[in-house]
Amino acid sequence: MAADKEIDAVTGVETTGHDWDGIKELNKPLPKWWLYTFYACIVWSVGYWIAYPAWPRLGGYTRGVLGYSQRATVTAEIDKARAAQGDLRKQIATVPLDGIKQNQDLLRFAMAGGAAAFATNCAPCHGRSAQGAKGYPNLSDDDWLWGGTLADIQATIENGIRSGEKKERRSDMPKYGIENLLKPEEIDDAAEFVLSLSGRSTDAAAVEKGRKTFAEQCAACHGADGKGKLDMGAPNLTDPIWLYGGSKPEIMESISTGRGGVMPAWAGRLDPVTIKELAVYVHALGGGK
Amino acid sequence: MTDLTTRSAAHAHGGGSRMAAAPGIEAHDVKPVNAKAERGLYASRQKIYAKRARGRYRSVKWLLMAVTLGVYYVLPWLKWHRGASLPDQAVLLDFPNRRFFFFFLEIWPQEFYFVTGLLVLAALALFLVTAIAGRVWCGYFCPQTVWTDMMIAAERFWQGDRNARMLLDKQRWGPAKLYKKSMTHLTFLLISLLTGGAFVLYFDEAPRLTRQLLTGEAPAIAYLFIGIFTITTYLLGGIAREQVCTYMCPWPRIQGALLDADSYLVTYKPHRGEPRGHLRKAASPERRGDCIDCKACVVVCPMGIDIRNGPQLECIQCALCVDACNDIMAKIGRPPGLIDYDTFHNLEAAEHKQKQPRIRIVRPRTVLYAALFCVVGLVMLWGVSRRTTLELNVLPDRNPLFVQLSDGGFRNGYTVKILNKRYDTRHFSIGVAGLDGASIKIVGMESDANPVIPVAADTLRELRVFVSVPKRAADQIAAGSTPIVFQISDRQDATRTSRDSQFRKP
Repeated sequence: MAADKEIDAVTGVETTGHDWDGIKELNKPLPKWWLYTFYACIVWSVGYWIAYPAWPRLGGYTRGVLGYSQRATVTAEIDKARAAQGDLRKQIATVPLDGIKQNQDLLRFAMAGGAAAFATNCAPCHGRSAQGAKGYPNLSDDDWLWGGTLADIQATIENGIRSGEKKERRSDMPKYGIENLLKPEEIDDAAEFVLSLSGRSTDAAAVEKGRKTFAEQCAACHGADGKGKLDMGAPNLTDPIWLYGGSKPEIMESISTGRGGVMPAWAGRLDPVTIKELAVYVHALGGGK
Repeated sequence: MTDLTTRSAAHAHGGGSRMAAAPGIEAHDVKPVNAKAERGLYASRQKIYAKRARGRYRSVKWLLMAVTLGVYYVLPWLKWHRGASLPDQAVLLDFPNRRFFFFFLEIWPQEFYFVTGLLVLAALALFLVTAIAGRVWCGYFCPQTVWTDMMIAAERFWQGDRNARMLLDKQRWGPAKLYKKSMTHLTFLLISLLTGGAFVLYFDEAPRLTRQLLTGEAPAIAYLFIGIFTITTYLLGGIAREQVCTYMCPWPRIQGALLDADSYLVTYKPHRGEPRGHLRKAASPERRGDCIDCKACVVVCPMGIDIRNGPQLECIQCALCVDACNDIMAKIGRPPGLIDYDTFHNLEAAEHKQKQPRIRIVRPRTVLYAALFCVVGLVMLWGVSRRTTLELNVLPDRNPLFVQLSDGGFRNGYTVKILNKRYDTRHFSIGVAGLDGASIKIVGMESDANPVIPVAADTLRELRVFVSVPKRAADQIAAGSTPIVFQISDRQDATRTSRDSQFRKP
């Protein structure tokens, strides 16, 4: 073959011998380093097929002699991360809630864990920053239905509200309008009285009429002064914070239809450590008592 | 093709025939293989067999090699006391804790502009030196030059000088060749390993890391980086050599813009050397130039060029050709300096038999570079001298902007960061000004009305802070944003700092 070598006169490069209408192709082979790298890759891939999962088979795939699996790697990494947190999680499990708040390291860990758990589990109702919405309490203010101490918050998270669990938090506001417990004008007057509790009433005569209705129907739960009762989950009607709105039509609607939001019980869904972290996190949002 | 044939022909009788450039002086059969005219883009690289040079510049280069390598290997071992809880290594790039330590200076991530300033200073110094004396950096200080020099010395140690190396490469493989070649490359690898080994010491405590490396207990990342540096040093310094400067480095392209006719460059003086030709006894030296065309300058060149072709991009200005030529000049009884540091102006003047020499170090270009260097240097000095050891950052919550409280007042949440850059633990009290009736609550210290906040040495402490205003006070301030000022003060020495922020209400 070497004898057939033809050198192109212009470039001085050997031709491939292929001739198209008098045009000859120069022989420009691949660079050697490239070619050998390519061969090395082929050899490498054969070893790879043997060592690692590679070829699909009916109902499975070749597993490879090293037994590598991405799923196993992830599981191992999660276990490792858990183990790394192990000591702090153990401490959180044993240290009482206010002790966690006093300890800088535990507080930081609990806040981080609580923030993550809150974003996943609580934010859909209470909002990304716990700011709440109509019917979903704002957890960052200092107004609480069921108490804002660390223990109260923990109990609420564990047992839920009207969750159907044994230790649920439950209060039942009657549906005064729907069930005809009060006449429409009585509801109107009661609403006017409620407005007066926060100094917003405009009709003194109605307030006086409403005062009687309130004392008979509402004071049992909300208190004679309308300041609510935490152990009954009865909201304070004298402050400017309203879960279902504080305008007169909204208050009338609340009296007429009753109110009762539902929060699931998280004990059993979340582990006790996470619930403690959540309690610390919610308490630290600013409103904790 | 013609080029190829002549080249291989030259190769064929190279080494064998010994011509004399002058009585007793060998005319080297060498081509400047890395000169632009000689290297085809599609031809493979021709190996350069640089011959050993001796002389003033070679000595300077050995000395500077010792100094630069000394700095490189000694620096991580220097100590600088900073207090009990901080590393005492003078130069330490502490990535896990995000701190750079340089003797008295410590750089936090948000102070990285100090590093930028340092790089700007280095660049300007490089500009100035280049404008005055050409590629001093390339020829004497650049790691690529220093390490290549070291690799060539190692090669010479095992394989002998130029002719021996060329002969060895032409030999068939045998035990002797195998031994010499493998010892050479083992030495390359050893040098590379030590290079990478020293590099990682800048990133962790040197004595401990060295102990860990020797006992095999160092973190995997250390071995990885030693590996990377071993391979790159071996490839760049041992194998690629002049190709790094010719093809990979941007500096040869840039430096041309910094030079002018008054820059000192390693140059051949054609007015003295030409017409060149072998010196024969019969011919009188007066009729011809001093260059006897012995190619001693080409044969020592590590870049594989011929300096007599004028300034070239490939030339790193290492001045080894000056040494080689001076040696020859002494032998043929001519004055030294046929190749020497000189300026283009002086060359031109000599060409036209004008008065010389003219030295102009102070000229607009150098004044500009020096002035810029001074300005940036002063700004840096000013910055370093004003570096605070205490900082306060305040980030108001974006969501919710405010929270209404049950008493009708309002509360804003803030993330407050206290940066204690001193080397001792400090205790601070915090306050807010510009808001009547405001009260502060810090998460984790709720029970304390006037909390003392300890911040450990050289750390940042992040706090969640709530500022509340009761209804009566809230009614006094306008809706929207009210400017407020957070203040912290050291309980011991009363140093204080503050940060502006906003209080928002609807």
